[in-house]
Amino acid sequence: MVDFQLADEYRELSDTVREFADEVVAPVSAKHDEEHSFPYEVIAQMGEMGLFGLPFPEEHGGMGGDFFALALALEQLGRVDQSVAITLEAAVSLGAMPIYRFGTDEQKERWLPVLAAGKALAGFGLTEPEAGSDAGGTKTTARLDSGHWVVNGSKEFITNSGTDITAFVTITAVTGTEKRPDGTERKEISTIIVPRGTPGFRAEKAYSKVGWNASDTHPLSFKDARVPEENLLGTRGRGYANFLSVLDEGRIAIAALGTGAAQGCVDLSVKYAKERRAFGSAIGTYQGIQFKIARMQARAHTARLAYYDAAARMLAGKPFKTQAAIAKLVAGEAAMDNARDATQVFGGYGFINESTVARHYRDSKILEIGEGTTEVQLMLIARELGL
Amino acid sequence: MGDSLKIVVLVKHVPDAQFDRHIGAERTLDRSESILSELDEYPLEAALQLSEARGGEKAGNEVIALTMGGPDAANALKKALQIGAGSGVHLTDEALAGSDAAATSLALAAAIRHLGDVDLVIAGMASTDGETSLVPAQLAERLGLPQLTFASSLEVDGRTARIQRDGDGHSETVEAALPAVVSVTDQINEPRYPNFKGILAAKKKKIRTLSLAEIGVDAGQVGAAGSLTWVASAEPRPARTAGTVITDEGDAGVKLVDFLAAQKLI
Repeated sequence: MVDFQLADEYRELSDTVREFADEVVAPVSAKHDEEHSFPYEVIAQMGEMGLFGLPFPEEHGGMGGDFFALALALEQLGRVDQSVAITLEAAVSLGAMPIYRFGTDEQKERWLPVLAAGKALAGFGLTEPEAGSDAGGTKTTARLDSGHWVVNGSKEFITNSGTDITAFVTITAVTGTEKRPDGTERKEISTIIVPRGTPGFRAEKAYSKVGWNASDTHPLSFKDARVPEENLLGTRGRGYANFLSVLDEGRIAIAALGTGAAQGCVDLSVKYAKERRAFGSAIGTYQGIQFKIARMQARAHTARLAYYDAAARMLAGKPFKTQAAIAKLVAGEAAMDNARDATQVFGGYGFINESTVARHYRDSKILEIGEGTTEVQLMLIARELGL
Repeated sequence: MGDSLKIVVLVKHVPDAQFDRHIGAERTLDRSESILSELDEYPLEAALQLSEARGGEKAGNEVIALTMGGPDAANALKKALQIGAGSGVHLTDEALAGSDAAATSLALAAAIRHLGDVDLVIAGMASTDGETSLVPAQLAERLGLPQLTFASSLEVDGRTARIQRDGDGHSETVEAALPAVVSVTDQINEPRYPNFKGILAAKKKKIRTLSLAEIGVDAGQVGAAGSLTWVASAEPRPARTAGTVITDEGDAGVKLVDFLAAQKLI
């Protein structure tokens, strides 16, 4: 039977994170956005609350929850601050999850407890100047040399890769060539853990982005960066396949974040429409504004149902690739559309950078690009339809 | 058990200050939309820190959240359990309705005696609804225990509790031998938020329900009948009126002085 009501523990977690977002995150959001500063003090508190350990078992320092619990937390954080939400999302689903999924016992013991506690962050380096959604374009190489991988190349747009608490980045690199069944050759792509401080590995100057200003994003460069052979993560040659499985989950997480952003725009607009008066009445009494906000609410609700469905399928062990793509598509567009409408409701005040709706307006565009562009989601959905 | 502590934390289920509060027909508060009083998160945090510093439950420390109230008050206990209290005690009885501070402290004292030897009772500085701040002091009196009130810090050293109490112009350090009753201010610590492990763990923790009969209190000693004070009337305060705006047309100074004089301020 279809049931989208949250179980008590999920609802209570969601309520707790909502409270935390309103009381602790929101008051410093505009400041970190304006100063492009990483909110270390907020991240530390999120660590104490166990948010970075939500989907991991207790034996690895986690909270014993699941991926849906993480998604609910991301929705509540995304409502008030997308930078903080994406920091958590990337830390868990791109930083810690590959170690949990594909790591050896030693790798898990070494890294998971600090990552799950939010005391350290890890980045995942896939994107390159010529390789993003098309990972076959990967040019970064890693060759074995007397028990060490020697890494050369560069990566782009890597989240959490240059903070003071970044412990390592996991990167995809070409480690050789392999024969396809038809005899042609293709690149063998593997994933390798490169700790911060490895000579030859540098997080370059942070980008000046349109939004997500308090999130840490850098280009990375590798010049003969040597790491021990045992830093290979997972099976050699399975790097891209492993990453794709992580990416499907990540889409649900990003959809949750986008849902939160879309809902945040609704909540702010409702409040403002009741307070702001024009032509003798609160602007919320005018149908032009009512319809705009009603449509915004419909988008947020639709996005939420889409990510709930994808998450439920994933937790039940059913195929969820298409549902995750739909959720990501719908939630990203809901966030952007709602941010545009909310800015319109706020009028001039919505064009002031320190207003939350203006921040959502700048932040939401990336939701149509990151973790698979809108076009990639459409490709995946079309493929499922046999087109 | 060495220096392990058994601590009772008093918690109250109060109307959420974020919503408008309503006075009901009996001149008592409408308690729908209620939450664990924010000021009660501080004594709970203080108790958890004392317990954790001594090795927690494994080392024999106990943190028990105690509340008195109707069926919904169990929600305050549930929140306290999620944050980290080990168990909850819910004193509930229809005869308790309408109790003032004196009747409340009488019932709570009996409940605490019922719980056996307790080392510390910690309460917040006030409830965010009644705001009398009377219960901790009355409770200490009824239990025959020393009282350390309005603590901005709390340490327990062996069998001695030490608090700092900040006045307007000075700070006092006050000590008392355990067992003792302590009330703490919102300056004492930064209360934690519950984590998911805590939320899951709370489902397995016990909430004991106690009735007046079980703690040996007669219905006549509490509730409206047993109270020393009662609310004679309760009216919502009139909304604030808009202030007076004086526009300067060359005579603003005179108008200001006239206004202040009319208010008998000069």
